[in-house]
Amino acid sequence: MTRSLDSFPLRPTRVHDASGPDATGFAVAACAQAGGDVLWVHERWHASAINPAGLSRFFDPANLLCAVADDPADLLAVAEEALRDGAVSLVVIEISRPLDLRLGRRLQLAAKAGGSTGLCLTPEGGGSLAAETRWHVAPLHDAQSANSTLMRWTLIKNKSGTEGAWNVRWDHAARRLDVVSPVGERPGSAGVPG
Amino acid sequence: MWYPRLASDRVLRACPVEAPFALTLKTDNTERVYCLNARAEAAGLRRGMRFTEARGFCADLQSAPARPDLDARFLTALRRWATRYAPWVGPEGRDGLVLDVTGAAHLWGGEAEMLDDMRDRLDRAGLSVRLGLGDTRGAAWALAHHGEGIAPPGAALEAIGPLPVAALRLDEDMVTRLQRLGLRRVRDLAETARPPLARRFGPGLLLRLDQALGDQPEAIEPEPDPPSYAVSLSLPDPIGLTADVMAGVERLLDRLCARLAAQEAGARALQLSLRRVDRGAEQVTLRLARAMRDPARILPLFERGVAGVDAGFGIDRMRLEAVQVEKLPVQQLGTATAGRDTARLDDLITRIGARIGIENVQRFVPVDSHIPERSFRRVPAAGSAPCSGGWSGHPPRPLRLFSPEPIPGTGPRPPDRLRWRRMTLDVARAIGPERIAPEWWHEDAAWRSGLRDYWRIETRQGRRLWLFYTPQQPGWFVHGEFA
Repeated sequence: MTRSLDSFPLRPTRVHDASGPDATGFAVAACAQAGGDVLWVHERWHASAINPAGLSRFFDPANLLCAVADDPADLLAVAEEALRDGAVSLVVIEISRPLDLRLGRRLQLAAKAGGSTGLCLTPEGGGSLAAETRWHVAPLHDAQSANSTLMRWTLIKNKSGTEGAWNVRWDHAARRLDVVSPVGERPGSAGVPG
Repeated sequence: MWYPRLASDRVLRACPVEAPFALTLKTDNTERVYCLNARAEAAGLRRGMRFTEARGFCADLQSAPARPDLDARFLTALRRWATRYAPWVGPEGRDGLVLDVTGAAHLWGGEAEMLDDMRDRLDRAGLSVRLGLGDTRGAAWALAHHGEGIAPPGAALEAIGPLPVAALRLDEDMVTRLQRLGLRRVRDLAETARPPLARRFGPGLLLRLDQALGDQPEAIEPEPDPPSYAVSLSLPDPIGLTADVMAGVERLLDRLCARLAAQEAGARALQLSLRRVDRGAEQVTLRLARAMRDPARILPLFERGVAGVDAGFGIDRMRLEAVQVEKLPVQQLGTATAGRDTARLDDLITRIGARIGIENVQRFVPVDSHIPERSFRRVPAAGSAPCSGGWSGHPPRPLRLFSPEPIPGTGPRPPDRLRWRRMTLDVARAIGPERIAPEWWHEDAAWRSGLRDYWRIETRQGRRLWLFYTPQQPGWFVHGEFA
């Protein structure tokens, strides 16, 4: 049974969660889909910096703004401000500690007021209860082609819709997302009902 | 208006000294006397003499180094003060002011009364002054520097005739040559036949003479006041509510922005000083992402800062100053705004910047370098234009870069199985090598190990890593991760 990827692009004016080893790839694909200016908020100590030369295969790094916060309180304040303002279409928030319900709800309200979308990159297993959707993203080995960006996106929480898993690949030339084939029909993938 | 001891008076105003006092300036490798107070002059010292010599003359001489730049600033302040007498005030040399008092003297009850008032006020301020008043700028200068007085209208020659020729603003050399000819006073010079004088001394001498006597015009060049971008508001009753303070800020902003608009300037940084009833003061500083002069857009940006102010028993005085001002020419609407809507984004940058510091909101600009860490730069987003293009897509670069993490491995070929971050990964495909040489013209500790052969590794577990091997100091490192 083939099911389209209906929860992506991310539902606007909501805040979503993503975790897993390839959450960055998911965030970058979301940035590319959102279009317009994108704000990436992270803390200063974050050692693995995003590399604009790598981003340029997904979207134009000129659309990217970075905000460097000194502590988690500043990080969330900046994210809330940007969501409430609505001048950027997507706010990517790299958080190191799970958000409690109150903070998550605050971000949701800010996103609703400003009309922009939020995406929290959380540590594995640490999503917020208030998140609209939660994704787990893992890279997959592609036996057929080199330089591929095959990933498995697993939707593990969805407030208004069903869960599911998809194998997707970013098409660098066309700058768009290809859903490769429903999980379950590919050899070697786990049998998740699609 | 001549201040014969401007420099020393300025210093002595701050710390009065009851002794001979001199300012010294180092010229030609010698400390020379730059300015003296009256007691030092009475002791026989004069300007330009060596400071060591001067100390020999006068054992209790006190001194300080001269600061000509501060003197010039002080003269500017005096210039501003002097506009209380007449609107046209210009500087005259290093230590004088020239005022055009035409039609202003009667406001003080006459010319003599006006000069008395000037002298009174300057005396009280501790400045010595010599005043001269005349029909022409030259005559006034002559009178101020050589015996004070007022030249009655149309009778400049009678007033300055008995003065020495040096009163005509001539250089010393010419004065000496004139004195050798027996022309010691201005009157002597005026009565001499002009053609021989012009032949012998050039046109400069006669020009000065004519200027002093009013036969040649000479204008005063008043300096325009630099525009001041500060407005203040005094309140009859102290206020304390945030809404009230914001209303005050709005009024101040309207006035300030009108002033900015008149000069086609925009503010980059604003400072709001709130003085409390108990004489305490609170400051709110706002740094803007780009020059602005639209009060409706600046006002909401102040909200956060004003809300954090401790009003105490109330605020009774507000002052708003544009601390940093940039040119902001008027722009035609339509063509300029057709591109991206940057105004909203700039406001957001300003608001975020107010919390985490405006330099912490950054964007990436490409740098022409093959070194992966140096192929981009983070610049403050405020005041920089986004620049698209310049990113090389080939060969692919990782999404994340981290500082190189060593992994076990030997030989120039990537290992079949690698251990990284406590994971064991099986290499399914290795693409490479891509050799990157260090840039010898940059000193970079991370690249001390020399050449790097980069490999793109796809593992059977999925992770796609960017590894490099350093052939000159064998070792394997993980440098980044692909999407």
